[in-house]
Amino acid sequence: MTAPTKTKAAPLAELKGDLAVLKEKFGDAVQPAEYEGVVIANDVLLEAARFIRDELGYRYLSSVTAVDYIQEGYFEVVYHAYRLEGGGPLVFKARTPRDVATVPSLVSVWPGADFQEREAWDLMGIRFAGHPNLKRILLWEGFYGHPLRKDWKEPYYEEEHKPFSSRWPSGHHIRAEDRVFWHDNVQYPLDWDPDQAEDTSDELLYIGMGQFARAETGELVEPRSLRTERLVVNMGPQHPSTHGVFRMVVTLDGETIVRLEPVMGYLHRNHEKIGERNMYLQNMPYTDRLDYICSMSNNLGYAIAVEKLLGIRPPERAEYLRVIMAEFTRIVNHLWAIGFLLNDLGAFFTPALYAIEERELILDLFEEASGSRMMCNYMRFGGVAHDVSDDWIARAKELVYNRLPRAIEELDRYLTHNELIKARCQGVGVLPPDLAVAYSTAGPVLRASGIPYDVRRAEPYSIYDRFDFDVAVRYNGDVYDRYLIRIDEMWQSLRILRQALDQIPKGEIQAGKKQYMIRVPAGQAYGRVENPKGELGFYIVSDGSPNPYRYHIRAPSFINLTALNEMCKGHKVADVVVILGSIDIVLGEVDR
Amino acid sequence: MIYGLGILKGLGVTLKHFIYSYIEDVRYLFEGGRYQPQHLPARQGPRARGVFTVQYPKEKLPLPENFRYIPFLVYDTQENKIKCTSCGICAKVCPPQCIWIVRGTDPQTGRPKPEPEAFYIDATICMSCGFCAEFCPFDAIKMDHDYELASYERYESLLFDLPRLLKPDTYHAQIHPSDWARELAEKEAEKAKKGEKAAARSA
Repeated sequence: MTAPTKTKAAPLAELKGDLAVLKEKFGDAVQPAEYEGVVIANDVLLEAARFIRDELGYRYLSSVTAVDYIQEGYFEVVYHAYRLEGGGPLVFKARTPRDVATVPSLVSVWPGADFQEREAWDLMGIRFAGHPNLKRILLWEGFYGHPLRKDWKEPYYEEEHKPFSSRWPSGHHIRAEDRVFWHDNVQYPLDWDPDQAEDTSDELLYIGMGQFARAETGELVEPRSLRTERLVVNMGPQHPSTHGVFRMVVTLDGETIVRLEPVMGYLHRNHEKIGERNMYLQNMPYTDRLDYICSMSNNLGYAIAVEKLLGIRPPERAEYLRVIMAEFTRIVNHLWAIGFLLNDLGAFFTPALYAIEERELILDLFEEASGSRMMCNYMRFGGVAHDVSDDWIARAKELVYNRLPRAIEELDRYLTHNELIKARCQGVGVLPPDLAVAYSTAGPVLRASGIPYDVRRAEPYSIYDRFDFDVAVRYNGDVYDRYLIRIDEMWQSLRILRQALDQIPKGEIQAGKKQYMIRVPAGQAYGRVENPKGELGFYIVSDGSPNPYRYHIRAPSFINLTALNEMCKGHKVADVVVILGSIDIVLGEVDR
Repeated sequence: MIYGLGILKGLGVTLKHFIYSYIEDVRYLFEGGRYQPQHLPARQGPRARGVFTVQYPKEKLPLPENFRYIPFLVYDTQENKIKCTSCGICAKVCPPQCIWIVRGTDPQTGRPKPEPEAFYIDATICMSCGFCAEFCPFDAIKMDHDYELASYERYESLLFDLPRLLKPDTYHAQIHPSDWARELAEKEAEKAKKGEKAAARSA
């Protein structure tokens, strides 16, 4: 294997603002990092994190991820923290040599780091000392290796980077199935056999939930001290209410939930590893498949992250088209979310189908513009793929001015004051505001808990600073408010759409020449957008080659699940389904 | 507030939808019924009410020009040749790397010639993203509109080779009218340019 070349820039010479305060407080333990942020020594990391949260006011930890700098011989854990009042991130990093691979856990400071640290352990093999539940999250216990490490190779491994040289000029077809799983391209030890390997995930899970203990004979027994009437119920992975293959292991006391642990990864395909093999542009259609209801917004998030590194902005018309597509996507998503929330409540498919009618009309527009209803693949770096006709704009206006307001109003009349819905939703799954922030929840979940945090306002991207709209907020933090806030947000999206469709100028849709192999200057960028489900972030590290060195996705529905246990505690088992529905997850994004 | 009023109001919405589905039937009663092809745009348009479903496969939604499905190769019926020059850009840009091309060689000189010897697309891997058509500099590969690809077998019949992939440019012109018009205009412009140059040289 040829080691990837890593050209690192010199560290930042001077620290400004809050980073300087941090440096002053912790002295030599805080060092400037390359490109952005500071590196904090591991022994003061916890203390510094508390200082960042409490004294500097960065209460919201958006993203935790890790990068494998194999050339330099260390892992870097990257944290992005934000102020709830808005503004840019405070980026801080922790480093650990590859053979040590241990960093203090920040779960005690930000509980929202829980799943993200588990993901970093699972995929990168970094131990987080002090993490209360450091298990694999997307893969199974007993899986060999940590796939995002740069020296790990997947089955069917061909080459380090696309394009693969076997395709041209002497291309001959080999079926993927012919490149056998057990061939020498797989990096498992010779004596390791997956059929023999023991999957201990469930065992660890049940022991972790206090349900079983390991006896000296090695068997699993019920602990003597816990002989209560508690019962473990597995909901999923094949359960109609889980919106996909998602499993919840619930400990019940009678019918009341004592503890809930989500188990995921059934749809895991290591999107990020695929992304690091791909060229930058090739990742665009893959982002469609993250949250497959909102492919347009995923495209936008990725385009914005890469454009940050490239230092380009799309032309005016393209910016407007992007906003129009993103807001239509929000309406599609919220209609879908409400429809299926009602499904979860037992109103089987009538509300869902009413909601989907309008979705079809919007998807018709997407299909005409991009060529596909769901896998749009519409945005490009510095523009969009296709222009739209005047007829398209007219039809979009017809929808926005005429049809959609009526449909949303009808949905509102149909559901909002329904006593059954109120009885099932009000006061259920309450997430108080301080916990909503601590658990790094985002999007409608965060805003329904009384925190008016919206990336479109807090750190405006694209041209959102030009539009007149309100950040929807509700204060009870229960399922009912998470339903209402989606209705509110659809009204706000319609407001933005009206302005955008009226103002859209004529002109170019692509800045510069469209290229398939772009060279992205070396650097690091975290681009985030307000996806319908919450804050979608792309953390990209470029080493100047045609492929991203690191490509990480902060998936909103994955991180929103961190708070699921907290929301479900004390409720009846029948409410779990509704609470899960109110978070609105898509497994394509949760499992990546 | 009377308990249950919210439910009744909600049921009113359901009733409205129910009634609308019959109103629509009455509307199309003397026009040959709801499922006539001429009614499809209205039934699927932004002013549609009532039943929203399409009776596939009897009825099919019209496809916009941009619609993209597995690509095909354009055969130039004017000059009787494959438009592809086997430059390999589509194979490079393909995200799942499902395109295999054997570049043609001239048997006399042994040098590469601008024509593919073999061209494979593995339809089982293709994600229909459309990059190959978008970045092809010769307008030689285009996205198809034929989405009915089900087969009884999942290996050989879904590995598309050159004969399977080639479609005449008349088909391309039919499904992509505006793209075809752009191609023709570009060709005209190039011809005019060449003519100008030749005129300048002879003058």
